Amino acid sequence: MDNNSTSQHISQQFDEEMESLRNKVLKMGGLVEQQINGAIKALHNTNAPGAEKIILKDHKVNTLEVKIDEACTQILARRQPAASDLRMVITVIKTITDLERIGDEAEKIAKMALNLAENDTNFHSRYAGFRHLGDGVKRMVHDVLDAYARLDIDAAIQVVRDDDVVDNDYQELMRTLITYMMEDPRKISEVLDVIWAARSLERIGDHAKNISEYIIYLVKGKDIRHLDIEEVEKDILSD
Amino acid sequence: MTDTITTTIDESVLKGSSASAAAGTDEICMQVNKLNLFYGDAQALTDISFEMKKNRVTAFIGPSGCGKSTLLRCFNRMNDLVDSVRVEGEIILDDSNIYAPDVDVTSLRQRVGMVFQKPNPFPMSIFENVAYGLRLQGINKRRHLEEKIEWALKGAALWDEVKDRLDESALGLSGGQQQRLVIARAIAIEPEILLLDEPASALDPISTLKIEELIYELKSQYTILIVTHNMQQAARVSDETAFMYLGEMIEFGETNKIFTNPEKKQTEDYITGRYG
Repeated sequence: MDNNSTSQHISQQFDEEMESLRNKVLKMGGLVEQQINGAIKALHNTNAPGAEKIILKDHKVNTLEVKIDEACTQILARRQPAASDLRMVITVIKTITDLERIGDEAEKIAKMALNLAENDTNFHSRYAGFRHLGDGVKRMVHDVLDAYARLDIDAAIQVVRDDDVVDNDYQELMRTLITYMMEDPRKISEVLDVIWAARSLERIGDHAKNISEYIIYLVKGKDIRHLDIEEVEKDILSD
Repeated sequence: MTDTITTTIDESVLKGSSASAAAGTDEICMQVNKLNLFYGDAQALTDISFEMKKNRVTAFIGPSGCGKSTLLRCFNRMNDLVDSVRVEGEIILDDSNIYAPDVDVTSLRQRVGMVFQKPNPFPMSIFENVAYGLRLQGINKRRHLEEKIEWALKGAALWDEVKDRLDESALGLSGGQQQRLVIARAIAIEPEILLLDEPASALDPISTLKIEELIYELKSQYTILIVTHNMQQAARVSDETAFMYLGEMIEFGETNKIFTNPEKKQTEDYITGRYG
């Protein structure tokens, strides 16, 4: 059943509530995307003020999460949504939890940027693999928010696939970083900070993947978590 | 710690068996084949075909005039009482068509009991209301009647409220009590199937919940068909739901599926309150 427009309810007020819910999620998504981009940039440039700005802004993400949760509770209590409306509300509740955690990971990356800035690290020249991983994760988050806005199943499936690439990149970066530590034990503390930041990026990729799975549930009504993506794709395309 | 957690998880939770599937059997109770119904020249039901499983609750939903009450009345041939009605197709109950010419409609109605939207107790005592059908069956011994009536009133969750005033008029009961009395009257003659036509639409929310609870309890013994305008009620009480529109059955399936991910756009539009 591919009827996922928030509009066309007999109750216009319900239309407005659902539309407002959707917009709030997109706003939260936009904010979280800015946070990640800002955190990664601060890390690359070892820019302490930039990193501080990200840390201070995390509460905005948290506030939005609370507000959206409340709006969902009200819709559940007052409208008793069914079918695609119900799936929409459930998807929103789950999506914002992942978005909030992405926000937390961005904050952690910013904290690592602060540490590295204090130690005067020339990050840009040393950790090229980190940039690659960061680019992949940023793209995943951008694509998943885009897929959410357009309820685009194909784009959501692509994000699930992209997570495998990000996981591989992360493993590869990890091997490189371990080599650095072995080569120069004086840098262990610095490299550990980079490892923590890389770990955060990898977690962000996982959250983006979760959101893609919710989008597929929203549009198709099928829960694809913990299933093989090849089979899922075959199953969904066969509908 | 992990061990304790794994051992306490109930196997059935892991298997994900739904409550509805666990409660009923897969035995077919009634089968409807290509049922068409006409009021004079106007067709009210078109090509209805589906199966109902034993000990399940099936809810019929749809906008006013879609034919859900008409369909419900087919199951105990109440439509025969309307002169201009013509029925085609068949409804199979225990291997025989209830519309076959040799069917005794009275005994069919003993097997298929019905409760209406407005409680309709007879203007007599509570006791006599429930005894009515039993007396028609030729049961007149006081002790036998008392046993049956207590059983039926308990089954309808009314016994505790009326046991001390069985000889008082049934018209003195509240709306919710009257509706449960009517259900007691229906189950006293031990039908196999209960037809409920908007049984709670004239009742307050608490009485409605009592009726819904009763439906849940009764389904272990009866197969229940319920027509309701209240979609949340259908979602709460039924195992299977049929969505009807303009005399056709648009979708029939598990209630869990219909209310979370219906197949047809018309069903989706109706249950989400959209313009069809």
